[in-house]
Amino acid sequence: MVEQYTYLKPLGLYIHVPFCLKKCCYCDFTSYPYSEAAAGVYLDALFKEIELYSQGLPGWDKALASIFIGGGTPTCLPSRSLTAVLDRLSEVFSLLPGCEVTIEANPGTVDRQALIELRKGGVNRLSLGIQAFQDQLLSMLGRIHTAAEAVETTRAARMAGFEDLNLDFIFGIPGQTLADWQETLSLAASLEPEHIAVYGLQLEAGTPLENLVSRGKIQPCSEDLELFLYQTAIQYLSGQGYVHYEISNFARPGRESIHNLGYWLNRYYLGLGPAAHSYLPCGRYANESTLEGYAGRLAQGELPVSTTEAGTVRTEMAETMFLGLRLISGVDLTAFYQRFGRRVEDVYRLEITRLLKAGFVEFANGRLRLTAAGLPLANEVFIEFL
Amino acid sequence: MEWEKKDSIRNFCIIAHIDHGKSTLADRLLEYTGALSGREMTNQVLDQMDLERERGITIKMQAVRLNYRARDGREYQLNLIDTPGHVDFSYEVSRSLAACEGALLVVDASQGIEAQTLANIYLALEHNLEIILIINKIDLPSAEPERVKQEIEDVIGLDTAGAVLASAKSGTGVEDILEQIVVKVPPPGGQVEAPLKALIFDSHYDSYKGVIAYIRVVEGTVVNGMKIKMMATGEEFEVNEVGIFRPSLTSIGALRTGEVGFIAASIKNVKDCQVGDTVTDAQCPAAASLPGYRKATPMVYCGLYPADNIQYEDLREAMVKLNLNDASLIYEPETSEALGFGFRCGFLGLLHMEIVQERLEREYGLNLITTAPNVVYRVTITTGEIIEIENPSKLPPSGMIELIEEPYVKAIIMCPKDYVGPVMELCQERRGNFTNMEYMSASRVILTYNLPLSEIIFDFFDQLKSRSRGYASLDYELLGYKQSNLVKLDIMIAGEVLDALSVIIHQDNAYYRGRLLVDKLRKLIPRQLFEIPIQASIGNRVIARETVKAIRKNVLAKCYGGDITRKRKLLEKQKEGKKRMKQVGSVEIPQEAFMAVLGIEGK
Repeated sequence: MVEQYTYLKPLGLYIHVPFCLKKCCYCDFTSYPYSEAAAGVYLDALFKEIELYSQGLPGWDKALASIFIGGGTPTCLPSRSLTAVLDRLSEVFSLLPGCEVTIEANPGTVDRQALIELRKGGVNRLSLGIQAFQDQLLSMLGRIHTAAEAVETTRAARMAGFEDLNLDFIFGIPGQTLADWQETLSLAASLEPEHIAVYGLQLEAGTPLENLVSRGKIQPCSEDLELFLYQTAIQYLSGQGYVHYEISNFARPGRESIHNLGYWLNRYYLGLGPAAHSYLPCGRYANESTLEGYAGRLAQGELPVSTTEAGTVRTEMAETMFLGLRLISGVDLTAFYQRFGRRVEDVYRLEITRLLKAGFVEFANGRLRLTAAGLPLANEVFIEFL
Repeated sequence: MEWEKKDSIRNFCIIAHIDHGKSTLADRLLEYTGALSGREMTNQVLDQMDLERERGITIKMQAVRLNYRARDGREYQLNLIDTPGHVDFSYEVSRSLAACEGALLVVDASQGIEAQTLANIYLALEHNLEIILIINKIDLPSAEPERVKQEIEDVIGLDTAGAVLASAKSGTGVEDILEQIVVKVPPPGGQVEAPLKALIFDSHYDSYKGVIAYIRVVEGTVVNGMKIKMMATGEEFEVNEVGIFRPSLTSIGALRTGEVGFIAASIKNVKDCQVGDTVTDAQCPAAASLPGYRKATPMVYCGLYPADNIQYEDLREAMVKLNLNDASLIYEPETSEALGFGFRCGFLGLLHMEIVQERLEREYGLNLITTAPNVVYRVTITTGEIIEIENPSKLPPSGMIELIEEPYVKAIIMCPKDYVGPVMELCQERRGNFTNMEYMSASRVILTYNLPLSEIIFDFFDQLKSRSRGYASLDYELLGYKQSNLVKLDIMIAGEVLDALSVIIHQDNAYYRGRLLVDKLRKLIPRQLFEIPIQASIGNRVIARETVKAIRKNVLAKCYGGDITRKRKLLEKQKEGKKRMKQVGSVEIPQEAFMAVLGIEGK
């Protein structure tokens, strides 16, 4: 599956929906409490932004391989608004056959009816943020749902006709035990999703959870336990028939996330909505991060871009390496050569020699990949390529 | 014939304990005599370095000429030489004293006599200077001028009847001070017709003019275009600029007997213009040179290394340039297995060391690693030969050592009697030998101890201040060498001796210090991809051990949502952190680790 996406075209499209019913304690993404009025402002602006791209994209064509509606909690918005956005997108851009259309949802924000409408409206993949199956851990994270509600939503999604389902989980939550995590993994597998993502909890500066930890109010998960939980997940999910294809991602064969593969293969993508990021031949750029700024720029008929970074070939190579090495299969050496006209082994000769010697990377099947030892220390490997 | 103006010259300096208001008083004198307009006035005019102003200390002496019309109606030329107050720089003080006939002794009206007040007074008396006593800061609520006067009479035996009560801050007493200078300080002696004899009391390097020599003309005259000769080196030069300090350098064409000023003579090499040398007329040389100064002896040594080896050449150039303006700095190239190429440098004291390091970093944009300071040890080896060890890692193996001697100082500590206990305790801990205790007044005491210099450079001063709540003051002078039971403590990181961390310490402290040091290093060295054992050893015997655990996990869990730039910046930050460390073998060691030997006293 990975093989057929090693070319740069086509494009992935990301839409950021900056609303949540309540922000989680560990989250530092742009998100506002949902209100109908704010949603109105947002949707208005989003349609304007889509219109601005109807004339074409700078230096690229508009064929889409994937659409990903993320947030925030996209399903805060009424289903009909979301499907209206998709309808407009399919008119302005062209959706390639088999285009993956994902929406993120949180248990407790969608009912069966909404899920049916979304499925009918063209969404073919659902990504549910379940995080844990222990209510006390969910409340530690500031989630608004219970474990039971999560199971219920998963079942509702199946009944609504979603055949491509991803479940997100978090390990390394303060207070989480090995037994908790094993329970979560086995319950997850029993729901038989096509795709599972497991993230180590990252304490982002400024979030309420990080604040509690840094003031010593709660004890963070130890590094040793976190590593053990991670290895437990790899072992268990592999045994359940899931392919570990990226540092944090597992899928049934052929069910890897097309949209996210685009990021890891360092392909181009267009981001719509406040704080969304884009990567196009002209460089990387970011939209205005506040809803007000975003809507304001669009009201004046301008693209809501706030920062751009032209990027050098050197940066592009570094990014191709550190993103590509996130894939368990590693960086395709031929694809790198085709893209840059230079061989990975020549560009990073010293670095690779060092890493090979340390046993953190290896060459296999025409690729350079992390070894089992390199996997939990991926950042230490990545910085060599910067 | 006597030069008619000579009688109206007064050369004087200001001496004081640090913080007693010396630089502020200098400011007032400049202001009062109109040497500077209010607009040009900044605080502490004579402290020109940013560092001096920030720290509120004088590092480098400065000179300035003031014109003053006295109450007798005559116009006087006053040459003021500002001096550093810190014990490290007493060498500079003695240089400026030699160029003067009088000294203003500034004593804080609430603090009274401090250790350096005493040291400076003795220096001034040695030079037969007329002392004008100034009780400063009398406007402070805590001022007790009468008590301080009594103290001065009791301790120094100086008549305080004519003491000026002043406040340099508000300007009170400034006119009285100027009058006393005119009345009490004798005019310079010396023959105007005699062959030129001028004392070089300081110098600085100017990239256009070469070395600028600060001189006091003792006899004769120096004029523009004159051929001069340096009496110590025999080198000859043609003077191309003669001038005075106003306080900026101002050309005047000639300096006559008794005057203070500068000369420039396209002197490219600082060695040709040694401070303390005598300048004479090349055509008509003086018979004998003036008494020079004893050369400054470095008391403290440390290694200075560029954090990045690429900067070695830059560091070398910076040392050469800094040395031009700071002759007391001594340096020679040195190689460390751990740190690569660098220099072993000798300093007058710890403050001097800190200042040199800071100036190199600030003024020359260098990123330096400083090793812990040490004194010079004198080692007699089994062949009977005596060698001097300026770098602990160079100590011969114990089998070759007959005995080791270390420098001792006579330390004079003044403190309120309530703090005598804690201060004595500190001195005992630092291997001090008590020699004397005297009451300066009913409430203040002078303690005299013989202490190993090496103990003083291990944050003794900070400890003294903290144990006496800031009330104790310290001055010390070198006594000589004394045999001690010393050993070399080595630090091994990942099995390799890190030469830059070796220290020579007293046997009795070795275990304790070894344990503290290893523990401190464990906290300073960041976790790396493998386990790092840290050991302290004496000879082949390991006396302490700690381990820095390996990093087991370092991975960004989530990498989508498209903000790749932010991910990259996070990674770049991690990489940047590594760059600031020194790679020693396979281990990355942060710069602070090399100073870890200091400040391990905290119990």
